[in-house]
Amino acid sequence: MLHLILFLFFGTICVAGAVNLLVQSHPINSALSLIVVMASLSAEYLLLGAEFVAAVQVLVYAGAIMVLFLITIMLLNAGKEERTKGSRVATMLGVPGVVIGTVLVAWTLLGRSSTTQSVSIGALWGAPKDIARLLFHDFLLPFEITSVLILIAIMGAVVLASKPEAAARGPRKDG
Amino acid sequence: MSITTFIIISIIKSAAVVGILLTAVAYSVWLERKVSARIQNRWGPTRVGPFGLLQPLADGVKFIFKEDLTQPHVYKPLYIAAPMIALVFAITSISVIPFGNWVEVGPWGTYLQITDLNIGLLVVLGITSMGVYGVALAGWSSNSKYALLGGLRASAQMISYEVSLGLSLVGVVIMAGSLSLREIVDAQGGVFWGFIPRWNIFHGQTLAFFIYMISAYAETNRTPFDLPEAESELVAGYHTEYSAMKFAMFFMAEYANMVTVACLATLLFLGGWHGPIFGPPILQALMPVFWFCLKVFFFMFLYVWVRWTLPRFRYDQLMAFGWKFLLPLAIANIVYTALVVALRAQYPGTF
Repeated sequence: MLHLILFLFFGTICVAGAVNLLVQSHPINSALSLIVVMASLSAEYLLLGAEFVAAVQVLVYAGAIMVLFLITIMLLNAGKEERTKGSRVATMLGVPGVVIGTVLVAWTLLGRSSTTQSVSIGALWGAPKDIARLLFHDFLLPFEITSVLILIAIMGAVVLASKPEAAARGPRKDG
Repeated sequence: MSITTFIIISIIKSAAVVGILLTAVAYSVWLERKVSARIQNRWGPTRVGPFGLLQPLADGVKFIFKEDLTQPHVYKPLYIAAPMIALVFAITSISVIPFGNWVEVGPWGTYLQITDLNIGLLVVLGITSMGVYGVALAGWSSNSKYALLGGLRASAQMISYEVSLGLSLVGVVIMAGSLSLREIVDAQGGVFWGFIPRWNIFHGQTLAFFIYMISAYAETNRTPFDLPEAESELVAGYHTEYSAMKFAMFFMAEYANMVTVACLATLLFLGGWHGPIFGPPILQALMPVFWFCLKVFFFMFLYVWVRWTLPRFRYDQLMAFGWKFLLPLAIANIVYTALVVALRAQYPGTF
């Protein structure tokens, strides 16, 4: 019972944070709402028994990536967003799309509610040891290939961000 | 144990731990003032109580009664929330730290720890990584140059050193085979050759210990890494615009973070509550807590000692040191530890 109440509580916070993210006009407030969304998601993972995933969610997303978002917003000193009415196409396609999506998800979930069960904390295996075994034993090759992919992406970012060599070496005209 | 007893014991433990932590914070400030004074051949606080021991109380009263100024140019919601965020995360991170072993009081027994999680170490790291928001938001919401520069420096420095801090702990985790702080401490019991304790610092993790200490000093914004509040260039950095209790909250958060870092260093590298235990049963029950506190005190003293001994880094030196020196060293330590552990498992008795 307590479990369900907590799940609904954090679920509500999560959705409220997501809505607030869209409604707020200042980028800092939106970024902070995103942190709330991530923190409450982590609480939901914890309630499902995935402790490791919950901790990593906070460590990586809320603790590191969102700090970078904040630094960027602070450095650019971004002001308030301007409100526009939005395009007519977005309204005409978006609203029916959202309605259809919601109906589809609800229909699928309700149609299967007889076959689903609730779990208690610790019923699912999400201990660090199990995840480590999966990552470094069963799926070692995909895992390593993904990390090489990320490395290539970082190198690409460095190449794109650095100045072309000729321009960097050449005499500066404005100096 | 019934649910009522469990809740009562948990509340008592939480209240006791937070009370002890806040007292420790107040008296670390006293220690800092006393030791810094002795280093500079002065006396430090002497007027309030014997040896100035009541000075923290006087300071607290002063902070509460001072005028709380709010500049007109600040962004108010975040300006008020920032010190709270900093303090809340600083205090919460103590919740999974174990202070000692199993104790029994009458029919009830408990571990000297608010709660034991099997991901305890990650929880501490996660909560401390959230603490950076307090500093960053304080810098931004103050809407002044010095504060913004301080906040930016603090957040960049904290994420940079968090990487080497986290990686320096991986070696310890590999040795213990667990992320639970209690199990990590339990793995360090016993002695080598009859007299050297099997603490991680003497057990192949010496390098990791120094990487951890250096990164931890940067994480808590203490000298020689106190660039975010470098008074000679930034006035007071991110808390320039704060006064009275709001300023005191940043102050408390800094010292609470120092206590947490000292606790973590004790647990991970100095064997936690392990130490020589002797005497009558009542003494034997108290000795582990005494050893734990002694080690934490040592680290707190070291913090103060370092602050009044070393000059400040330059900002580019700070970044280059973190990314180009500490990070490769931490990765090398992981590779070395993993190699030794794997070889030991493969050829038992050889290493």
